[in-house]
Amino acid sequence: MSAAAADPHNLRQGHGHGPRGNAAGPDEHGHFDKRIITGYGFWIFLLSDIVMFSALFATYAVLAHATAGGPSGKQIFDLQNVALETGFLLLSSFACGMAAIASEQKNLLWTEIGLLITGLLGFAFLVLELREFADLIAHGNGPTRSAFLSAFFTLVGCHGLHVGCGLLWLGTMMAQIWAKGFRAETVRRLMCFNLFWHALDIIWVALFTIVYLLGAGQ
Amino acid sequence: MAARFPARSFAPFGLLALGGCSAVLDPQGPVGQGDRIILIDALLIMLCIVVPTILGTLAFAWWFRASNTKARRLPEFTYSGRVELLVWSIPVLIVLFLGGIAWIGSHELDPAKPIAAATPGGAKPIEVDVVSLDWKWLFLYPEQGIATVNQLTVPAGAPIHFRITSASVMNAFFVPRLGSMIYAMHGMTTDLWLRADKPGTYRGLSSHYSGDGFSDMHFVLNAVPPAQFGAWVAAVKGKGGAMDRPVYTALSQQGTMPPATYGAIQPGLFDAISSGRLPQAPGPKDNQNAAR
Amino acid sequence: MLLGKLTWSAIPLHEPIPLITSIIVLAVVFAVLGIVTAKGWWPYLWREWITSVDHKRIGVMYCVMALVMLLRGFADALMMRSQQAVAFHGPGYLPPEHYDQIFSAHGTIMIFFVAMPFVIGLMNFAMPLQLGIRDVAFPTFNSVSFWLTASGALLVNLSLFIGEFARTGWLPYPPLSELRYSPGVGVDYYLWALQISGIGTLISGINLVTTVLKMRAPGMSYTRMPVFCWTTLAANLLIVAAFPILTATLAELLLDRYLGFHFFTNDGGGNMMMFMNLIWAWGHPEVYILILPAFGIFSEVISTFSGKPLFGYRSMIAATMAICVLSFMVWLHHFFTMGAGADVNAFFGIATMIIAVPTGVKIFNWMFTMYGGTVRFKTPMLWAIAFICTFVVGGMTGVLMAVPPADFVLHNSLFLVAHFHNVIIGGVLFGCFAGYEYWFPKAFGFTLDERLGKTAFWCWFVGFIVAFTPLYVVGLEGMTRRMQHYDVAEWHPWLIVAAVGAAIIALGIAFQVLQLIVSIRTRDQRRDVTGDPWDGRTLEWITPSPPPTFNFPVMPNVEGEEAYWGLKSKALQQQRLFDEPAYEKIEMPRNSPTGFFVAIVATFMGFALIWHIWWLAALEFACAYAVFVVFAWRDEHEYYVPAEEVARIDRARRAARQQSWFEGTSA
Repeated sequence: MSAAAADPHNLRQGHGHGPRGNAAGPDEHGHFDKRIITGYGFWIFLLSDIVMFSALFATYAVLAHATAGGPSGKQIFDLQNVALETGFLLLSSFACGMAAIASEQKNLLWTEIGLLITGLLGFAFLVLELREFADLIAHGNGPTRSAFLSAFFTLVGCHGLHVGCGLLWLGTMMAQIWAKGFRAETVRRLMCFNLFWHALDIIWVALFTIVYLLGAGQ
Repeated sequence: MAARFPARSFAPFGLLALGGCSAVLDPQGPVGQGDRIILIDALLIMLCIVVPTILGTLAFAWWFRASNTKARRLPEFTYSGRVELLVWSIPVLIVLFLGGIAWIGSHELDPAKPIAAATPGGAKPIEVDVVSLDWKWLFLYPEQGIATVNQLTVPAGAPIHFRITSASVMNAFFVPRLGSMIYAMHGMTTDLWLRADKPGTYRGLSSHYSGDGFSDMHFVLNAVPPAQFGAWVAAVKGKGGAMDRPVYTALSQQGTMPPATYGAIQPGLFDAISSGRLPQAPGPKDNQNAAR
Repeated sequence: MLLGKLTWSAIPLHEPIPLITSIIVLAVVFAVLGIVTAKGWWPYLWREWITSVDHKRIGVMYCVMALVMLLRGFADALMMRSQQAVAFHGPGYLPPEHYDQIFSAHGTIMIFFVAMPFVIGLMNFAMPLQLGIRDVAFPTFNSVSFWLTASGALLVNLSLFIGEFARTGWLPYPPLSELRYSPGVGVDYYLWALQISGIGTLISGINLVTTVLKMRAPGMSYTRMPVFCWTTLAANLLIVAAFPILTATLAELLLDRYLGFHFFTNDGGGNMMMFMNLIWAWGHPEVYILILPAFGIFSEVISTFSGKPLFGYRSMIAATMAICVLSFMVWLHHFFTMGAGADVNAFFGIATMIIAVPTGVKIFNWMFTMYGGTVRFKTPMLWAIAFICTFVVGGMTGVLMAVPPADFVLHNSLFLVAHFHNVIIGGVLFGCFAGYEYWFPKAFGFTLDERLGKTAFWCWFVGFIVAFTPLYVVGLEGMTRRMQHYDVAEWHPWLIVAAVGAAIIALGIAFQVLQLIVSIRTRDQRRDVTGDPWDGRTLEWITPSPPPTFNFPVMPNVEGEEAYWGLKSKALQQQRLFDEPAYEKIEMPRNSPTGFFVAIVATFMGFALIWHIWWLAALEFACAYAVFVVFAWRDEHEYYVPAEEVARIDRARRAARQQSWFEGTSA
């Protein structure tokens, strides 16, 4: 073991205290830190998700002017509604962050409250978005109208679908924390949920800028 | 069925066939000749490295076989700066060379680049508008005011400018012995310039799969002496009905058909098709028969 | 309404070829299920395989699936080659609507359900062993990945019996694949099967990337990882970056077909060229997802059977990562003939050629690995040498078609078909076969029969040359791919030769099956007692064959580039094994049926969506959520292997080593 300690390639983790030397290696018992691995894996998942969104963004960019005689973005975007949506989603992310802080303090009540607010705001976002969609479809501007609207509904709808799935996940998380408390694996999952929810925010910011702001400005 | 391509003798087995009978390697026009020169040059350059690599691999493997007592073993030979330099620089040099060929070739042989007549001040370019349909080729001669299906007659030695579109799915317009192919796509127009230097009959085909009738989607390109071309146009002109919207609509139904000619064309038909103003081809007749 | 679009007319009762095939396949499936039931193997299969989260078991299941699907895909190939051999001036025996399904299914199956599972299976099996760890980062997700892939494979094969498969080619270019021109369920089968298996592949990619980057034995730094682990990392990075593009693209086509969107349609402003760009932005990296692990396998095999470390290890890593990055910059070379213009074409042509540089470096480094070595011509080594010889030809024709003017006359021709079979068979498949022969003893504890393996190899190699050289020639004679019949006399003799080649390959496959049967029957004479049958150099050979669930009783301490070779040399030099370590109990992940249930849900959901059985799709969505909740609610994820058990297994291993190294004759 002494030879190993001098080896610059050695990846063995430090023991208990201090910053981890190199998170790629196991501890003395051959165990890897699950929190690091889960978080890392989830980050990679988020990156892949962002790649998927970028494909949808690319599609949107190609088709943004393919209105086929239908309305352009400028004619249909209601920036007030979108601003409200953005507000809800950003606040939801903030509440989610608060819940994370509360969970680090192992405060069950505030964690649950934080998550509840996260969920309600997320739900409000979703309701606004669906109302916007329903409105467009009612006026004959559904996704089948033109390639531009197909791309718009798909890009925004895909984000909405993520928010919807996130809400289902959130409900499961709240029930789990309520029933089981702060176990290592629940805390890990809560961390992943947090990452997911913030990533949706980042995607929304891009979406808000590229689709709505640029679209309404043209 | 379309007229058959004149059968030539069976290609003899072996590499000699590559030089003799191959369509792509036996071009009859400047575009095909350009493509062929680049193809063969690139191939030869790469063979200079590929053949020694194969022989070297076999030689190394054989000489250093475990049972060869004469081989000098070098179990520690795992790095050599000189060898590394060599193995990186050889492919780099080859790619530099080939890259130059690719750059020049892409520009010289860009399908949309106009070409000149065979003789200076010779025949003036012929315009042909091409529409791929399920599963036939429609050729419109806007200057002559005639149209043909699955057969193409052009004067030898004259540059031909094709404007190509599709009424339905994607296809590719390809006359192997004249050179480059290009896609036919709905709502778009692609340009291609070709020239047949000698009179002859050349096979053309769709080289992009387009559905069940795809295998029959070929045509005959007749390159005739310029004098005969005028005679051919005169013979077609005014006979065999006009290519107008109703005829075109009937033609856009799925199916194959023998070569045909039309003595007149409705003006602006090609633009209406290529801009997507005319409805796209209907596809399978029975769109309800979904299961099989 | 209860069954959506599904009616009796979906069953091919009036078409003899699919009907007879269906009956035979169903008979085989039921026979297998019957035998398993009669022998009472279900509890064993359930416990040890279906619910297993052990990376070795999952890897083996991936490979088994790939081999089974290879038979299906190859049957399609035989039909295509025989159809083209007889369809001169005539319709042949397969009408276009069948022939078109066959070539579409052949490509889809060979890429997604043979090549992909084969490489993922080998990566799954070998990479954790080589890194000196006990499992991948997310063992349960690993099982989910496998079962999702299996679900996709099942859907593709279901299309044989119920309905039809796509008639669009292996990449469903719109507008042909749009509802107007392909109204049947074929394209839907394709799309849902690929969506499901694609998600499985994506999860697998995330899993393996995390594993390589975050879980390695102490001392196993990046510059000490075996090259196979590097190529695994590169391939899985490509999966993570490329497969989401596939998901998005297929989703867009699905929306076009199901809800009347206008992404790629002729009308409504759709843009088919966008599909081609998107699909190849995934498709070209996909090629490297397949070939990079094969490069890794060849690196291991050539090094082992030359008795030398890999020549130019760091160069190899640099080349691997260069290919990984460059593979995203070349997709346009798949459609030079779209008319993008000279500058664009030239740029992508040159970018494509640049990939040939790191690839060439790899070839030379393999050559110099053999130089000065002691080359043993075991079967895996034969595959490797044949690979170098065929792959340089495939690479050369590839670079040839990267020159735009050459592509203008070769694009979509059988020359192209010959080219990509030259790299996919000569590269990927030969690599997988080498890996299969190489790691088989590690997985099952006995070696494969060498004589039959070599016979199979020679059949494959000769058959491959006889089958594909003629395709190069007819490509130069102007023959386009996917022709159901033709009337050009020059093509005919070459296509007959190609069919003969396919028959020789069939013989090779027959010998491989025979090799497996004979080897299993004589397994007691061919036991791999030491766990190191090839005189290996990487850590998987330190374990007994087959390795215990936990792989390593104690984490191996890696002290050099060739972890196991270093330890082995030291032990042999000192004429004794290392001291027995202090054994501890080992935490291992518990088995989980999650993956299996996910696959059942995915299969039913896919089937429901293909046939528009909406209630079933909704029900399956609810089931999917239920599976998620149940999985999330589980408390016990791990169990402990007691220290005594660990000690017992490792002492047996040490005794075998002691015996073979210092007391008996060397294996």
